[in-house]
Amino acid sequence: MSSCPDYIIEFMHEYLDEEIPEEHKQELKEHLQICADCKQHFNELVKTVALVQSTSHIQTPENFTEKVMMHLPREKKKVGIKRWFGRHPILTAAAVFIIFMTASVFASWNQDDNFSVTKNKNIIIENNTTAVVPEGKTVEGDIVVKNGDIRIEGKVDGNVTIINGNNYLASAGTVTGEIEEINKVFDWLWHKIKDISSEVLQLFNSDKDAK
Amino acid sequence: MEDIVKKRIKEVRKGDHNAFGEIVELYKSKVYQLCYRMLGNSHEAEDIAQEAFIRAYVNIDRYNIDRKFSTWLYRIATNLCIDRIRKKKPDYYLDAEIAGTEGMNMYSQIAAEGMLPEDEVTSMELQALIQREILNLPEKYRSVIVLKYIEELSLNEISEILDMPLGTVKTRIHRGREALRKQLRHI
Repeated sequence: MSSCPDYIIEFMHEYLDEEIPEEHKQELKEHLQICADCKQHFNELVKTVALVQSTSHIQTPENFTEKVMMHLPREKKKVGIKRWFGRHPILTAAAVFIIFMTASVFASWNQDDNFSVTKNKNIIIENNTTAVVPEGKTVEGDIVVKNGDIRIEGKVDGNVTIINGNNYLASAGTVTGEIEEINKVFDWLWHKIKDISSEVLQLFNSDKDAK
Repeated sequence: MEDIVKKRIKEVRKGDHNAFGEIVELYKSKVYQLCYRMLGNSHEAEDIAQEAFIRAYVNIDRYNIDRKFSTWLYRIATNLCIDRIRKKKPDYYLDAEIAGTEGMNMYSQIAAEGMLPEDEVTSMELQALIQREILNLPEKYRSVIVLKYIEELSLNEISEILDMPLGTVKTRIHRGREALRKQLRHI
């Protein structure tokens, strides 16, 4: 056999893998007829395969399935929640939306803690924290003061809104509209909503007027 | 069969515990057989086969439903067996059943030695001998031989289970066969 080419053994394995091309098969067949050593090698391989395949089926232990089921981990809450999200995409989207909305509301509440006031030539700023409407002057239109106080000694022809601050209305001062003080997030939110809805209403009314 | 399995898997994913029981029932024999031939010890085989099913359950979301389930499951089981073989220190339990036999342990083996004439090899002993030779194979040849001849899987499936190229699978099967031939030729 030592004189036989190596590929004869290769052909044997191709045969056992059931992947032997026809011409290899022919060559192997012819070789096995003339070479006793190779024939023996081949027979031993065939026998080996048969022996391995002959091993009897081993019985699976009793209660195997029950034991597996007993050992399955309890469903984790996390998995449950994940699955719930997976199955309720719209609710998930709504929840995410609400989270972002809340976050942005708080962010915009906290964001601008600088003093600001509606621009008007008749408003004077004191100490960078107080807006003053001096005596004898008249501000036409609404005033919004953020993160600061307002002292009104003159006249305001409109509404006054103070966010995060106080208003001091001098006895001589007058405001023709409403005075509103907002110091809490929810007040502020409410104010925003009122603002938006009154704008919408106005739009609606002007629409009607146009008709 | 694959269709039923896939239906069950979808139920498992929805949280139906019991559907998994049916999957275990369908595959337990194949998986246990694989572990037993790889490890040669019924205690360990049961241990690893159970572990394989538990891992399949835990990772069921990672299974690609378009692929064959058995391939995925065998892959988990084979990897667990290989890990166990690599970690294993040689250990022998006298009361453990001898590989490939039923109801035969090392005690009966000690007693039986010398009592039977050597040419009178019983079928039980032959089974034990074959199993021992399979276990003597290095792990890389053992897994391909077991998958090919015990589980009767195609070379392509074996290549997928072991995540190695088809050529490597073939080479290993050839070497495994040659190694076994040397040990079993005189029977």
